[in-house]
Amino acid sequence: MSSTASEIDRRISRDYKEGFVTDIEAETLPPGLDEGVINKLSDIKDEPDFMREWRLAAYQQWLEMKNPEWAHVNYEPIDYQSISYYSAPKSDADKPKSLDEVDPKLLETYDKLGIPLIEQQMLAGVAVDAVFDSVSVATTFKDTLAKAGVIFCSFSEAVKEHPELIKKYLGSVVPVADNYYAALNSAVFTDGSFVYIPKGVRCPMELSTYFRINASNTGQFERTLIIADEGSYVSYNEGCTAPMRDENQLHAAVVELVAMGDAEIKYSTVQNWYPGDENGKGGIYNFVTKRGACRGNNAKISWTQVETGSAITWKYPSVILEGDNSVGEFYSVALTNNYQQADTGTKMIHVGKNTSSTIISKGISAGKAHNAYRGLVRVTPGADNARNYTQCDSLLMSDECGAHTFPYVEVKNPTAKVEHEATTSKIGEDQLFYCKQRGLDEEDAVNLIVNGFCKEVFNELPMEFAVEAQKLLEISLEGSVG
Amino acid sequence: MLSIKNLSADVDGKPILKGINLEIGSGEVHAIMGPNGSGKSTLANVIAGRDGYEVTGGSVTYAGNDLLELEPEERARDGIFLAFQYPVEIPGVSNVYFLKAAVNAARKHRGEEELDAMDFLKLIRTKLKLVEMKEEFMHRAVNEGFSGGEKKRNEILQMAMLEPTLAVLDETDSGLDIDALKVVAGGVNALRSKDRSMIVVTHYQRLLDYIVPDHVHVLSGGKIVKSGDKNLALELEREGYGWVEQLAQAG
Repeated sequence: MSSTASEIDRRISRDYKEGFVTDIEAETLPPGLDEGVINKLSDIKDEPDFMREWRLAAYQQWLEMKNPEWAHVNYEPIDYQSISYYSAPKSDADKPKSLDEVDPKLLETYDKLGIPLIEQQMLAGVAVDAVFDSVSVATTFKDTLAKAGVIFCSFSEAVKEHPELIKKYLGSVVPVADNYYAALNSAVFTDGSFVYIPKGVRCPMELSTYFRINASNTGQFERTLIIADEGSYVSYNEGCTAPMRDENQLHAAVVELVAMGDAEIKYSTVQNWYPGDENGKGGIYNFVTKRGACRGNNAKISWTQVETGSAITWKYPSVILEGDNSVGEFYSVALTNNYQQADTGTKMIHVGKNTSSTIISKGISAGKAHNAYRGLVRVTPGADNARNYTQCDSLLMSDECGAHTFPYVEVKNPTAKVEHEATTSKIGEDQLFYCKQRGLDEEDAVNLIVNGFCKEVFNELPMEFAVEAQKLLEISLEGSVG
Repeated sequence: MLSIKNLSADVDGKPILKGINLEIGSGEVHAIMGPNGSGKSTLANVIAGRDGYEVTGGSVTYAGNDLLELEPEERARDGIFLAFQYPVEIPGVSNVYFLKAAVNAARKHRGEEELDAMDFLKLIRTKLKLVEMKEEFMHRAVNEGFSGGEKKRNEILQMAMLEPTLAVLDETDSGLDIDALKVVAGGVNALRSKDRSMIVVTHYQRLLDYIVPDHVHVLSGGKIVKSGDKNLALELEREGYGWVEQLAQAG
C-alpha cells in the first residue's frame, strides 16, 4: 500500500510547460493604487467619462470593503500597494489594427502555448482573443464573425465602439460592490473580451479568450461580458497560463453573462495558471467572480470548468434563473496538488417558475492540497416548481490531502425539489491492481481512473477543449516515471 | 508451464503460505480447494504479483522465466490472467474502453499492431456470445452497478478477449446462483485448450461439476496436504474439510 501511495505521489508531481517568460519591452505602471492610478489607467485607455466615473465610484466602494475570510483557504494578506495595476507590451502602444502588425514575439509566445494567432494555422471554427498582461493583443476572425452580426472584440474596444451596450450591461449581473475582488476589478480592470450575439443568431464559430500573465509583480484584472440576445447561441471558451515565479501574483477577474429569452450561453474554462512549486512557493491567486443571468424565459447558461492551476482558486460561477423555464448548469473538475488550495463551486438562484439547475462537481486532491466545494442553491418564494440536482464527488490521491464539501440550500417555496448527492473516495490500490492485472502500467491506470471520475464533466466540453483538458489532467498527474 | 517450488509468503507480516509445491503443465486444469484461511486466495494473488503479498521463500517459474521478478502488468502481458473474486468497479470508464486498452497493451507487448475500434468490436461480438452478454453491456462503466453474476461473466469475457496462457480463477463461483454458474463455467470450458493452463480456486466442489479438473489439490494451513484427480473433490465434499485439517496436523 505504502509503495503504491508513494508511486502515485511521484506521478502527480507536475511538469509546468507554460512557465516561461517572454522577454518583451513593456510599459508598466509603478506599483501602488489610488485615484491617480485609476485616472492614469483611464487616460492610457482613452476612455469615455462614464467609464472613468464608474471606476472611481467602484474604488471608493472597495476602500470600504473587507477581504472575505469565509473561504477554506489560507494565505498571507495581500499588499495592494505592492502590485502594479497595468503592464502592456510597448509594441501594443500604437494598437495594431491587423494580425500582421502584432509583435512577432507575442505571436511566438502564443505559438509556444499552442494557440497560433495566424488564422490560416488555427483550428478552423475557433476565434481567439489573446490577452497579454493588461491588454488584448489580437482578436482573430473578427471579420468572419461580423458578417454574422456577432461582435467579438477586446473590452477596451467595446467601451469605445459600443458604449450603449457597455452602459446597459456592465455591472448588471455582478454589481460593483458584489464582493471585495469584484469591486477591486471594477476599479482597475484593464481588458478582457466582449461578445454580443444578435437576436436569433447561432454564433458560427467557437469563441475563445486566452489569458496570459507575463510581467512580474503585476495583477491581471480582466473583465468579460457576454450578451446573448433573444434566441441566440454561443459557445465560449477560456484558457490561461502564467510564468513560474516564486512570488504570488493576483488574478482577479469578473465575468458577466446575460442570456435573453430562448438564448443559450455555454461557457467553458480550462484554468492552468501557474500552481506554485512542490513546496507551495509562488503561483497565482485566482480570485474570480463569474455569474450569468437568464433574463428571459427558456434561457440557458451552462458553466463548465476544469481547474488544474493556481496556488489558490476562489471562484463560484453562478446562474440567476430569472426567466421562467430557464436552466442553469455547472460542471466542474478541480484538481489540487502539492500545496494548492481550491474553494470553488456555484450558486444557483431560482427566481422564475419551472426553473431547473444541475451541479456536477468533481474534486481531486493530491499531495498536501485542499479542495473544497462550496455551493448555494436558493429557491425564492415565487420560484414555483424549481428543480435542482447536485452531485459532489471527491477523489483523494494521498493520505495528506483534504476534500471538503459546503453545500448551502435555502428553499422558500414548498414546490421545490432539491436533491444532493456526495461521495468521497480514495484512489484504490484495488483499482490500480485490477488495471495492472489487465496489462496497463501504473501511469495509464491512474489516468484511466481519474478520467473516468471526471467523465461527466469532460462530456460537457467542446471537443478540442475536452482533449486539452484530458491532456492537462494527465500532465498534472504525470511524474518522472522511473 | 508453471513451476512453484517451496513457495512461502506473508501478508501483513503473517506467514500464510508455508512451502507450496505445484507443477502445472500446458493445457492442464488444476483445482485448488481448501477451507477459509488456508491460503487459496493468497496463492492466486502471489502469482498475479499483488502488492502486500510478500514472498519470503521459494520460487515460481513461468514459461522458463522467474515470475517473481516481474511487475504485475508484465505478468499480465506475458499471459497471466487473474479472474478476481471481487471484480473492482471503475466509474466513468466504459467496459469497452477498458478492455480495448487491456487488449492493446498485450498486443503492443507482443509486437503486434493495436486493434482499431472496428476490428475490436468485431472481435468482442463473438466473445460476448460465449458469456451470454448483450452488447449494451460493453458501454456501461467497468463493473459499476453490475450484479454479482454480471461481474463474474465480465471477468470471463475479459479472459476470452485476452486469451491468457495461464488463467487463475479466484473463487469465481462465489456469489453465483446455479444459472449464472452454468454460464460462467460454460465460458471457461469453451476457453480450455492445450495451450492454456488454468488454476481454479474454489471452496466448494459444486463448480467442479461444471469445470472438471485434471488435478485437485487440497490446501490447508498454507500447504498442499493432498493431491489427486477429480474424485478427490467428491471425497472432500463427503468428508468435509475437518478431515484435511487433521491431515495437515499429522503432516
